Amino acid sequence: MIATILFYILATVCIAAGVMVVTSRNPVYSVLFLILAFFNAAGLFVLAGAEFLAMLLIIVYVGAVAVLFMFVVMMLDVTVAEIKKGFRAFLPVGLVVGGIFMAELVFVSIAWTMAPENLSHAIAIAAPTPDGVQNTKALGQLIYTNYVYLFQAAGMILLVAMVGAIVLTHRKRKDSKKQVIAEQLARRAEETVELKKVETGRGI
Amino acid sequence: MAEIGLVHYLAVSAILFGTGVFGIFLNRKNVIVILMSIELLLLAVNINMVAFSVQLGDLVGQIFTLFILTVAAAEASIGLAILVVFFRNRGTIAVEDINTMKG
Repeated sequence: MIATILFYILATVCIAAGVMVVTSRNPVYSVLFLILAFFNAAGLFVLAGAEFLAMLLIIVYVGAVAVLFMFVVMMLDVTVAEIKKGFRAFLPVGLVVGGIFMAELVFVSIAWTMAPENLSHAIAIAAPTPDGVQNTKALGQLIYTNYVYLFQAAGMILLVAMVGAIVLTHRKRKDSKKQVIAEQLARRAEETVELKKVETGRGI
Repeated sequence: MAEIGLVHYLAVSAILFGTGVFGIFLNRKNVIVILMSIELLLLAVNINMVAFSVQLGDLVGQIFTLFILTVAAAEASIGLAILVVFFRNRGTIAVEDINTMKG
């Protein structure tokens, strides 16, 4: 009973936050609503029994991706008034396309029924959920054994993304004073120290 | 109230997906909000995956959700980096001003 009420609360707030992400006029508010949506989706995951993914959603999305979005939104100062232009012009087409998508998906999920052979578990299930093992442990036992190559590939994807982001945004600044150790080491005393003959009784 | 089952999760995910698609069409002024809409779409897909995984008792769905999360994080970082570079060069991120390629 409590789980049912909790599900409806989380689902409602999640969807409302999602709607606010796309309709709010200030991108900063959009990011904050995105964080709210992710938190509620994490709650939904906990209700479904996927605790590890719920924590991952909070750590990765709220902790990293949303903060990244926030940085970029604040770095590129986008004027709020300008964003609002063209809102009305694209409202109908957006409503039509989004509504069609949503209606189709909802109808499919309502009218859809499991094939009987799936319900009786006659088909092979790739990795059945073990009994009496925590979700995190079960996932770990699977991901480091059967799916270790995919895990490595995911690591490579993240590495490429990191390198790509740094290469794209890094730029050399001409006015910054940086220590170049090779140049320092290449200096010779003969080139840099000069002996001057100063005449007696006169300043330099 | 009925017991919460697969259909409820699928409905939530469908509505979130529709919201994301709606957002992509609605925001023609700001690429950042379009990127956020894509994040919403991926979240909806993840909810779908987890719901089916729990329903079928098959953990592979949750593992794939993990990889979708990875790809989404990579996509967000690269997208935002491209956006920063574009803003540095052109001084705008409005969608209708991004038309150099005349696509």
